[in-house]
Amino acid sequence: MVKEIERTGLPVVHMCTVTPISLTVGANRIIPTIAIPHPLGNPALDHEEEKKLRRHLVDKAIHAFTVDVTEQTVFED
Amino acid sequence: MKTLELGYIHINDIIIGSESKVENGVLYVDEAAVKALVLEDEFLKDVHFDVAKPGESTRITPVKDVIEPRVKVEGPGGVFPGMVNKVEAVGEGKTNVLKGMAVVTAGKIVGFQEGVIDMSGPGADYTPFSKTINFVMVCEPADSLLATDPEATLPIDNEKKPEYERAVRMAGLKVAAYLGELAKNVTPDETEVFSTPNLKEGMELYPDLPRVVYVAMLQTQGLLHDTYVYGVDAKRTLSTMMWPTEIMDGAIVSGNCVSACDKNPTYIHENNPVVHELFKQHGKTINFVGVIITNENVYLADKQRSSDWAAKLCELLGVDGAIVTQEGFGNPDTDLIMNTKKIELKGVKTAIVTDEYAGQDGKSQSLADADPLADAVVTGGNANQVIILPKMDKVIGMLDYVDVIAGGHAGSLREDGTIEAEIQVITSATNEMGFNKLSAR
Amino acid sequence: MSFKVVHYINQFFANIGGEEMAHVAPELRDGLVGPGLALNNAWKGEAEIVKTIVCGDSYFAEHEKEAKEQILAWVKEINPDFFIAGPAFNAGRYGYACANVAIAVQEMGIPVLTGMYQENPGADYKNQVLIVATKDSAAGMRQAAPTMAKLALKIMKGEKLGASCEDGYMPNGIRVNFFEKERGAKRAVDMLIKKLADKPFVTEYPMPSFDRVEPGKAIKDMSKATIALCTSGGIVPKGNPDHIESSSASHYGEYSIEGVMDLTEEGWETAHGGYDPIYANQDADRVLPVDVMRDLEKEGVIGKLHNLFYTTVGNGTAVASAKAFAAEYAQKLVAAGVDGVIMTST
Repeated sequence: MVKEIERTGLPVVHMCTVTPISLTVGANRIIPTIAIPHPLGNPALDHEEEKKLRRHLVDKAIHAFTVDVTEQTVFED
Repeated sequence: MKTLELGYIHINDIIIGSESKVENGVLYVDEAAVKALVLEDEFLKDVHFDVAKPGESTRITPVKDVIEPRVKVEGPGGVFPGMVNKVEAVGEGKTNVLKGMAVVTAGKIVGFQEGVIDMSGPGADYTPFSKTINFVMVCEPADSLLATDPEATLPIDNEKKPEYERAVRMAGLKVAAYLGELAKNVTPDETEVFSTPNLKEGMELYPDLPRVVYVAMLQTQGLLHDTYVYGVDAKRTLSTMMWPTEIMDGAIVSGNCVSACDKNPTYIHENNPVVHELFKQHGKTINFVGVIITNENVYLADKQRSSDWAAKLCELLGVDGAIVTQEGFGNPDTDLIMNTKKIELKGVKTAIVTDEYAGQDGKSQSLADADPLADAVVTGGNANQVIILPKMDKVIGMLDYVDVIAGGHAGSLREDGTIEAEIQVITSATNEMGFNKLSAR
Repeated sequence: MSFKVVHYINQFFANIGGEEMAHVAPELRDGLVGPGLALNNAWKGEAEIVKTIVCGDSYFAEHEKEAKEQILAWVKEINPDFFIAGPAFNAGRYGYACANVAIAVQEMGIPVLTGMYQENPGADYKNQVLIVATKDSAAGMRQAAPTMAKLALKIMKGEKLGASCEDGYMPNGIRVNFFEKERGAKRAVDMLIKKLADKPFVTEYPMPSFDRVEPGKAIKDMSKATIALCTSGGIVPKGNPDHIESSSASHYGEYSIEGVMDLTEEGWETAHGGYDPIYANQDADRVLPVDVMRDLEKEGVIGKLHNLFYTTVGNGTAVASAKAFAAEYAQKLVAAGVDGVIMTST
């Protein structure tokens, strides 16, 4: 699906937990996330902490948009 | 040498009445006694029992688990250790089995992924449980578990689902153990012996045979996607090893509602087909070393660690070959590919069992992940294949959820009582332990 | 009444000659010629070759356009129930001609079948036209003819195609279920034993290869960019108004988040059946981070959060459907002036 969107020329940041699948299916900008049932959250944290974590992940995604990539890139911390 | 003798008592009929016993191949069940057993759990309000026989015009749904009643006759421990009986290593001595029948748990759905068993018609060809006489228990959740939100899509309150899942799972195991107990002193119609040498004995006995291990992947993705080993939730375990015969005593049970077609019900664990096929070749063409169990978790780090560990165990054992089986689909395809790739890279040859989601037209890519090292694949078939299930005269359970379970769609249940759905809805249709003959090309 | 069949063969099988006669132009003959006999016999009167088209392999290769036009004109006039070409075994130009003629006839709406060896260059077309796998030389005619005849008759009668290994055609990318003789566990053990002994074995599912797409250009100024959210995690308004299936979804959802600052438990849930839904149902921002995106919008880090999001259920949904959904809404995103897309997956 990522590929179909990127085919139009739009940059896509794929935020997902199972990065090997993301690499296999051909996403180009990949942000690893927390866990499959809650990629952008962690129910073990309180609401504020959890939102901070989510912000951190989305900030990474925003950064990924601004980077020119030539090959599949996983943006680790 | 670890040796277990299974004694098969063939069951030809089940009669629900006022007495419990096994006599001349007939299982008599005291309804009040099993009901009391189920209702010990405060989260179950009521239970209704029924019997479904092969060839009948009967549909059972929503099916949660299927269990074969067994009982320890000799040797340490009891069946379903850590769940029903206390934790003690099983897998040796003698175990009696009520053959030809199964306990089927049913009732309002927990999540989206409970199944359909048709006892006749085209659907019956796809489920192995159309060939067993089924003792069905339709469980009724306590009022305290029900969703209060009138707009809720599913009947059970979101937060209470774990309680309900656990209650029904335990009820099924308790009833299966109770029925198994009735056969403790019955002389089996047939016996079969399974012996596994330890590593040293195996090397001495079969110095020239290739050594093969079985890597069983257990679904452990969280609520409705869990498997228990000796009572431990397998998502909290590292990959480890077992004697194959431990599995036959119910050391692994399903707490699992991934799509009905490719979850491994407890019955299929107990009768693990790969274990049985490897035993058939043991000492002839191969030396069956044992079973590695590994999980399918939702964190990438867990996937990495568990697959590393499975490969490491293969390396440590110095085996020549491994059979890898999967449970579920989607991201577990990655666990499958990681395991296979890492084991192959240790110089161990693999053959793997999976199933496919190739679309209703069969044109899509079948697995979510792929690797050229996975070059020996057995498939349980395409779960997206559409099937029309004709109306059955009798429904055990309820048809309320056919449209929402995985493989169904709005309008699956037609007004005339037929169901149009993917074979994904059929319990164990595309089993990934290779229990069935269904395949695809 | 028996089905009318047209058969296509080359100069060699028409007994005109070998390589030295490969230049002969297409020719239409009545009834069957050469290998047509074996096919006709196998049909036992249920189908019959009414005409045979003979064409030299070199002629076809060098005058493909003219040859096809002539052949199609004849086929149109005869209007047969079925068209069969070859088998070509390992003859490269013959295989190429069989596949291409068959594809052209198929486009006229007439069902077709050809046959050849798997390494014949014509076999590259196996996903476009049904090709029976044969041996690499004409000595394989004895096996090939009955397999082709049987499969052809099945298609003429409108019966459902079996799996490739059952009906003898080359795997054509369409997966078909069937019942094997042995259960899966035994097949796996047998396959492993062969693999351990370095003996040939056949995988039931050859691993696919994946294509790649050029990465989209980086966004220079995020503070002016419109970013859209998409997810395969099945986030939908509470009650799943469009009935998106929990697995094998047949459609995607397009929902407005105009004025929505936070995805609350009261308003949103997941329709996805493949993962533990509790966390997403409690707070759908854990899958689709609307709350954080709104903050970024307020702070001016991004220009704007697109007011629509697109949602699908990845669970068991065929890759082809997922592709089609994404291709469709990608156009909408482009049309709406979106600059970048965040896709979240569970």
